[in-house]
Amino acid sequence: MTAALAEKGSSPASPSAVAHAPAPPGRRVRGRASRRERAFDDVPRWQIYLPLALYLLFTLVPFYWMLLFALRPAGSTALLPWPLTFEHFEKVWNERSFGMFFQNSMIVGVATLVMTTGIALAGGYALARFEFRIKNGFMLALLCSQFIPGALMLVPLFEIFKNLQMINSLGSVIIAETVFQLPLSIILISGFIKNVPVSLEEAAWVDGCSRFRAFCAVVLPLLRPGLIAVGSFAFVHSWNHFLFALMFLSEQDKQTIPVGLNTLIGADSVDLGALAAGGVIAAVPVVIVFAFIQKWLITGFSAGAVKG
Amino acid sequence: MASAVARVPRAPGRRAGAPPRRLPYLLIAPAGLLMLGFIAYPVISVFYYSLQDYNVTKPWRNGFAGFDNFIRIFTDDPQFWTTLGFSARWVVVQVSLQLALGLVLALLVNQTFVGRGIARAMVFSPWAVSGVLTTTIWMLLYNPSTGVSRYLADAGIGSYGTSVLSDTGTVFWAAVVAELWRGVPFFAILILADLQSIPKELYEAASVDGAGRARQFFHITLPHLRDAIVLATLLRGVWEFNNVDLLYTLTGGGPAGVTTTLPLYVANTGIEGHDFGYASALTTVAFVILLFCSILYLRLSKFGGDSK
Repeated sequence: MTAALAEKGSSPASPSAVAHAPAPPGRRVRGRASRRERAFDDVPRWQIYLPLALYLLFTLVPFYWMLLFALRPAGSTALLPWPLTFEHFEKVWNERSFGMFFQNSMIVGVATLVMTTGIALAGGYALARFEFRIKNGFMLALLCSQFIPGALMLVPLFEIFKNLQMINSLGSVIIAETVFQLPLSIILISGFIKNVPVSLEEAAWVDGCSRFRAFCAVVLPLLRPGLIAVGSFAFVHSWNHFLFALMFLSEQDKQTIPVGLNTLIGADSVDLGALAAGGVIAAVPVVIVFAFIQKWLITGFSAGAVKG
Repeated sequence: MASAVARVPRAPGRRAGAPPRRLPYLLIAPAGLLMLGFIAYPVISVFYYSLQDYNVTKPWRNGFAGFDNFIRIFTDDPQFWTTLGFSARWVVVQVSLQLALGLVLALLVNQTFVGRGIARAMVFSPWAVSGVLTTTIWMLLYNPSTGVSRYLADAGIGSYGTSVLSDTGTVFWAAVVAELWRGVPFFAILILADLQSIPKELYEAASVDGAGRARQFFHITLPHLRDAIVLATLLRGVWEFNNVDLLYTLTGGGPAGVTTTLPLYVANTGIEGHDFGYASALTTVAFVILLFCSILYLRLSKFGGDSK
């Protein structure tokens, strides 16, 4: 630094010369631009912002369109939701029982999240830390189950739940959602656990911890990003999933949000305001979950997803 | 930390009395039992019923049918071939477009620029949106009297009263765009996660050697992403084949059946047509086709890598 200043200082117009010194090629990187950052940042800005802006238009206009219909009075054709009205929300929440649907969807989502994460943790730990005879068979079953279409299992599943007398109980949907979430969750979680060195656990055993306590104290905290990814997957999928709820829950006070939305789509396509308001209600929880997890989603994936 | 302590040869489970031999089985038991009951059993019952005549509305004909159902599929069911063809077209178009756009998007948001965090969150947000909600949103956009086409017509683009969903010529691409809207983020998230695991030194070395951005992309980025791309396209292909939410609610398979996929046809046959035996045979065929295509795809993509 001093050497550089001294060098510049020898020229007549010392301070301004520093400021106006010809910029190096990677000038956009301020401060100490290491070479590797420069290699990345050489892309002209417009080549990033222009395509990004176009894609954002494609992504956001549909969301805006829904908000517009939900917030402006019926019959209005304004492109801004003004005057603001919440009549559609009131109508959908009360008359169309979206309040009830919301509660049911929440129960299904949270129960699926808890069950999937808990069961997948146990199974993932077994796959990551033990050698046992049916391990490969179990892995194969997990992978194969990815090819089984839930939609095509509807009829046999319906018969099973009928025999268990669980039709029209949220339990049937929770079980079905959990079962179809499990295989991928177990594969992901066992990948995450494999990334935690066994030596950490062994150190805790030496200190007198049981296997379970060592797991809770040492492994679990390190799994946080992965668990958040898996748990939010389970929640979002069960919140969104439509067919199981449509088939297994026929009583109206047991239905979930997607089924309610489908009723609005089918029954009165005339009442677009109500439809849009229902859509906003369906979107809010997943958007909130997504906003929280989106950073973890990427790190969680790179930590264990592809390794299996 | 405990490097001075010698390796612990035994896990504490053995000391505590619970033989670790049994522990892994206990850990996978909940997942295993659930999957046996609610995936394996339904699958077996589908295979079983595929060899039966089983129709609730014609109980006098129920009974063992041998391969009659399968013979009927391949020799006497034009709808099987049209729906299979549509499914294939749907999967190929969706997966290739989603991959191309997702790759571009991931490369874009992997750059360093102002507002990257918020841009990522917005670009990825449709990932969390359900099929039914996608339908809701795009119904509002496609609506001929209040949708986007009306405003475009006001501005002199296109004509009034265009209903893209009821025209057999446009409905395919209308559905494709809606599904793309929520499908691209899946690829973008997975690819971005993998992009971040590429060592930056590789780019550094390449740029020192004078490789331009295009060459860096083809010689570093793409080879590194190959496994992730193969896995993502496979998972997505299976998912797009099986998933019925969007098409069921957006087009209902119409107009005139031109957007009926094979799973939608199966669901109609089994649930509305009550012909469960035949629907089971169709399911079996779909499952075999899917498995065959997946194995073929994995072989081919691996073969491409070896020949390099």
